[in-house]
Amino acid sequence: MSGAGGNPALRRGLTQSRLSRRALLRGVGATGGAAALSALLAACSIPGAAQSGSDAKQIDWTQWWATKKKAGTLDFANWPLYIDQDDKGNSQSLADFTKASGIRVNYKEVIQANDSFYAKISPLLKAEQSIGYDLIVMTNGWELTELINNGWLAQLDHGRMPNFQANADRSVLFPAYDPGALHTAVWQTGFTGIAYNEKLTGGPVESFAELLDPKFAGKVGMFSDNTELGNAALLAVGVEPTTATRADWKKATAWLKKLQPNVAKFYDQGYTDALQNGDIWVSQAWSGDVYQMQAGGHPEIKFVTPKEGQMMWHDNMCIPITAEHPLDALTWMDYYYTPEIAGIVEDYVNYVCPVPGAKEYILTTLDDPDVANSPLVFPTADTLAHSHEFYVYKDYDDYQAWNSMFNPIVQS
Amino acid sequence: MTTIDTTRITLPPAPLKGRGRLRRMSVPYFLALVGSAWMIILFLIPLISELLVSLMTGNVEAGYHLSWNFGVYAQLFGPHADVPYALFLGRSLLYGATATVITIIVGYPLAYFIAFRVKDRWKTPLLSLVMISFLVSFIIRTDMWVFLLGAQGPVISFLHGLHLVGPDFHLLGTSGAVIGGLAYNDLPFMVLPIYVALERIDPRIFEAGADLYGSPRAVFVKTTLPLSRSGIFSGILLVFIDCVGDPVNAQLLGGKATYTLGQAIQDVYLTQQLYNVAAALSTVLMVALGIILFAYARIFGTDNIEDLV
Repeated sequence: MSGAGGNPALRRGLTQSRLSRRALLRGVGATGGAAALSALLAACSIPGAAQSGSDAKQIDWTQWWATKKKAGTLDFANWPLYIDQDDKGNSQSLADFTKASGIRVNYKEVIQANDSFYAKISPLLKAEQSIGYDLIVMTNGWELTELINNGWLAQLDHGRMPNFQANADRSVLFPAYDPGALHTAVWQTGFTGIAYNEKLTGGPVESFAELLDPKFAGKVGMFSDNTELGNAALLAVGVEPTTATRADWKKATAWLKKLQPNVAKFYDQGYTDALQNGDIWVSQAWSGDVYQMQAGGHPEIKFVTPKEGQMMWHDNMCIPITAEHPLDALTWMDYYYTPEIAGIVEDYVNYVCPVPGAKEYILTTLDDPDVANSPLVFPTADTLAHSHEFYVYKDYDDYQAWNSMFNPIVQS
Repeated sequence: MTTIDTTRITLPPAPLKGRGRLRRMSVPYFLALVGSAWMIILFLIPLISELLVSLMTGNVEAGYHLSWNFGVYAQLFGPHADVPYALFLGRSLLYGATATVITIIVGYPLAYFIAFRVKDRWKTPLLSLVMISFLVSFIIRTDMWVFLLGAQGPVISFLHGLHLVGPDFHLLGTSGAVIGGLAYNDLPFMVLPIYVALERIDPRIFEAGADLYGSPRAVFVKTTLPLSRSGIFSGILLVFIDCVGDPVNAQLLGGKATYTLGQAIQDVYLTQQLYNVAAALSTVLMVALGIILFAYARIFGTDNIEDLV
């Protein structure tokens, strides 16, 4: 080995001044301390979503709409695969709308989940800024209730919506979560019932009660979403969800605890694959998913309306109060409620159509009897009679109480 | 050993006075500036605000305010907790530790093979093969395991075909599936640092060991293993921390009895929007990891880790 002279690193170390650990910490500590203090001051509170003066702010909606002018542009935020599309991704319904009204539509599939989308838009709405969209689609649930309660949605001018009045199904004209449909118009409805894999169960499963059967041990899937889980459990114990009391909630949790040994997993997604692959035999399920599984070559997956009833949810079009082109949004909303346009969309989307007249259009003009005659797309009156609306949360505390009751079931 | 060749050493210049000295003295601070700013802005401030958020009370509707609510920790981890977070923490640590051990058992021989048993020109292709899985999205890789391990997937069909397992046998939803997913996803994080550590060992040391009548086993235990200790420690840092906090494998491959603290933090923050609870859970997870890794470092030593990082 040669001496230290050959090693430049060692030489540098021997000759140059270095920071001692103490000096380094002192230097970092001085700047870090100042920065940390400012962070501390900035982080002392997180503003909430509630608007203090929203009740006081009374808006004359006739006046509000009278001042709005047609802009010729519509920014539309929707969920993925939720409108008719050809192979190139063009939508005929939107093209027809542009031809008829002269309004160009910027259609964006940006909504992945209610909670995350709400988390994205609520700070902007609170600051009274545009969220970049004139029309959004939200499921009835806590987030939609918040949007309405905080006064963040424009009240619809039904005088400008003749098609909606004439063609909408009765089940969507009077929603429990938005009395009088003042802020929302249904885009699609869907059912949450039970799906089972006939090959594996060896016979039909017709009720929630059957899920308790020991032969399904470790073969049952339920939803991890507290709202879906809790409402299904309320049905299982024979309680109408919309009028359920906290004592009823308790009964529902007791039922879920009984069910727990049979549950393989609480799903937010992926239950469709699990059903097809046989990882689970029977599961809480959305009707549209089951329709698509059947159409995708899995006729053994069946959807049933349980004897105790099934839940019915609605995805709603609504207009944020800060929308830049609200009149264009309202024009589309009404245009959608024609049998032709609703029919074109429904023939692709396959959930439940809010316009009963579209059935005839799909059957004759579009010539697609599979969709037109499917009870999952155009449900019978009997099915609708067995369908229930979700419990509507009264306020945040109510929502929190619900969560604290059903969440421990999912997280165990 | 030769004597030190004094003629080749240039002596340091005499200490400078005044401004020149000041400039000299300040250089190390400037060098540390970028790194310190990075650590302060992206690490220290978030850490402090996380601690503060965990001590707030309120809700997402009315807003949160700082009330120094230390009770939240006892409430979440005490015997009367609604949701057994302590159980989730224990489960996360167990999964992480098991997955880490598996990656060492699989990764060490692999790194050893690449470092010592292949020709130089094969080393880069083989290391690329170790990392090639990173070219595919983490979620998709994990989701493919759902298909492979499913009740009608190839693995179970094969085992059924051989009558090795009963009709009720399943892999998905078990702890084994989650741990397997964690180990699979993080294997490269163990192989690479161990490879780097092994690669630096002078092969002449093995020859010397053999010349001194050391059996191959003794040579490995007395030289190779201690010299690659820093690589193992770096690997453990990367794999263990990553696995303990991971929500994705438990979400996709697990069932209702494999719920981990990472999943709990995600659900509490995104779905329930209880920011204080999410912050408290994160803090506890971080402290637990810190204690474990510090204890490990004290017991097994990390004397030469600075060679690597």
